[in-house]
Amino acid sequence: MATINLTLKVWRQKGQKDKGRLETLPAPGISTDMSFLEMLDVVNERLTLEGKEPVAFDHDCREGICGMCGAMVNGLAHGPERGTTLCQLHMRHFRDGDTLMIEPWRARAFKVVKDLVVDRSAFDKIIAAGGYVSASTGGAQDANAIPVPMETAEEAMDAAQCIGCGACVASCPNASAMLFMSAKVSHLALMPQGRPEAARRVLAMLRAADACGFGNCSNERECEAKCPKEIKITHIARMNREYMKAVFGSARE
Amino acid sequence: MLWVLRAFSSSVGKKFLMAATGLGFCSFLAAHLAGNLTVYWGFDAFNSYAEHLHALDPLVKFAELGLLTMALIHIATGLTLFYQNWTSRPVRCQVKRAAGGRTLFSATMPYTGLLILAFVALHLITFKFAKGAEETVSQLASSVFANPLYVGIYTVGMLVVGSHVAHGLWSAFQTLGLSHPKYTPAVEKLSLLFGLVVALGFGSLPFFIVLMS
Repeated sequence: MATINLTLKVWRQKGQKDKGRLETLPAPGISTDMSFLEMLDVVNERLTLEGKEPVAFDHDCREGICGMCGAMVNGLAHGPERGTTLCQLHMRHFRDGDTLMIEPWRARAFKVVKDLVVDRSAFDKIIAAGGYVSASTGGAQDANAIPVPMETAEEAMDAAQCIGCGACVASCPNASAMLFMSAKVSHLALMPQGRPEAARRVLAMLRAADACGFGNCSNERECEAKCPKEIKITHIARMNREYMKAVFGSARE
Repeated sequence: MLWVLRAFSSSVGKKFLMAATGLGFCSFLAAHLAGNLTVYWGFDAFNSYAEHLHALDPLVKFAELGLLTMALIHIATGLTLFYQNWTSRPVRCQVKRAAGGRTLFSATMPYTGLLILAFVALHLITFKFAKGAEETVSQLASSVFANPLYVGIYTVGMLVVGSHVAHGLWSAFQTLGLSHPKYTPAVEKLSLLFGLVVALGFGSLPFFIVLMS
C-alpha cells in the first residue's frame, strides 16, 4: 500500500463570530487509496487522541450524490479533478510532500459555521421560492400520455443532476448562484409538467437569490469548470430566456 | 411601468441591459471601423467619407444621442455590477486559482471597460471637439498622430477595446439566452475574431496615417 506524507493548512474558525485562521497540521502516512474525506478522518482521529478539537467538515453519503461535502483545496472547489466531489477525490492525485490549503466556500450568502462547515440555507430559500412543481400528480398516467423527446429528457436530466453542493458559488469570481438556480429552472422548464408555473418560478427564484446577497453572473464559466456534476452554462442561457419570457411575455410582475 | 424598472433591476435584468447596450456598441464599432478603413484608399477617400457622413447631420445627431444613452446605461449598470460583485464575497480565500473557465478577456472586463471610458473621453477631445485650424479630418488625424504619445495611447486603447469585445460579444449572446448547440461554437469564435479585427483594424490606422502624412 502506497502512502504519502502531506502538510495541511486548514481554515480553523470556532464559530460565526470568531475571525478564524489557518492552522498547519501534519498528515503523515496517508494511503493513496483513501478519499480526501478519509484523509481528514485520519487527521481528526489523531487530533482527538491528542485531546484537540477535530476539524469540522460537512459530509454525508461519501459517494458523490448528496451534495454535503466540499471545500476549496489549493484554491479549487472540490480539489483539482474535474467532475468530482471532495468525497470522490482520491489521495492518489496528490504527491508525497505536498502542502494542501483547505478552506471553506467563500461568499457573502454562505456564512462559515465552523472550520470548513458553511451555512448553505440560502440555496434552500431559492428552491423554496419556486424550485418545484406544485400540481397534484393524481394517479400514475400511461408513460406515453405526455410525449417528451429523448434529447429534451436527457437535457432535463443533466440539469437535474445538480446536488446543490455550492461549488459553483465558491468558484464564481462574483459568488453568483446562477448555475445552481439555472439548473433547477432549466430542468423544470424543459418538462411539460414544469411549464404551467415556469414564469412564476423564474421570477420568484431570481428574487430570492438576489435577496440572499449572491453576486451577478458575468459569464466567466468558472462554475461550469468546477461543477462536480458538470452542469453546463447553457442552462444559464435557458434561465435567461425563461426570465425574458416571464418578464415580457407573461402577465406576472 | 414599475414592472419594467423592477425587471431590469434584478441581477439578470441588469445583465440584459449590459448585453443589449454592448451589442449596440459592437454594431457602432463595426460601422465606425468600416468608415475609418476608407483611409486605406487614400486621404481623399477618407475626407470624402467624413464629409458625406457630416452631410447627414440630423441623422448623426440622432445616432449620437442613442450612443450617449447607451453609454450612460452601460457605464452606470457596469459600475453597479462591479460594486455588487466585489461585495458579494467579503472574506476571500487565501489561495484562489482559476479552474479553466475564465480568460484574460473575461477576467478584466470591469478594468478594460473603465480604460475604454477614459480612452473615449480623450478620443472625443482630440477629434470631435478639436479646436485646431485643420480643415479636413485627414489633416486633423495627421496632426494628432504627429505626436508619438498619441500613437501609443491609441494603439494600447485599441488593444483594450479588442480585449473587451472579444469576451463581450459572445457574453451578450449568452446573457440574452441566445445559446444553441449549432450556433454557439461559431459565436464564440466570431467574438474572438471580432476582437482581433477591432484591435488590428483600428490599431493599424495611426501608423498608416503617420506613414502617409
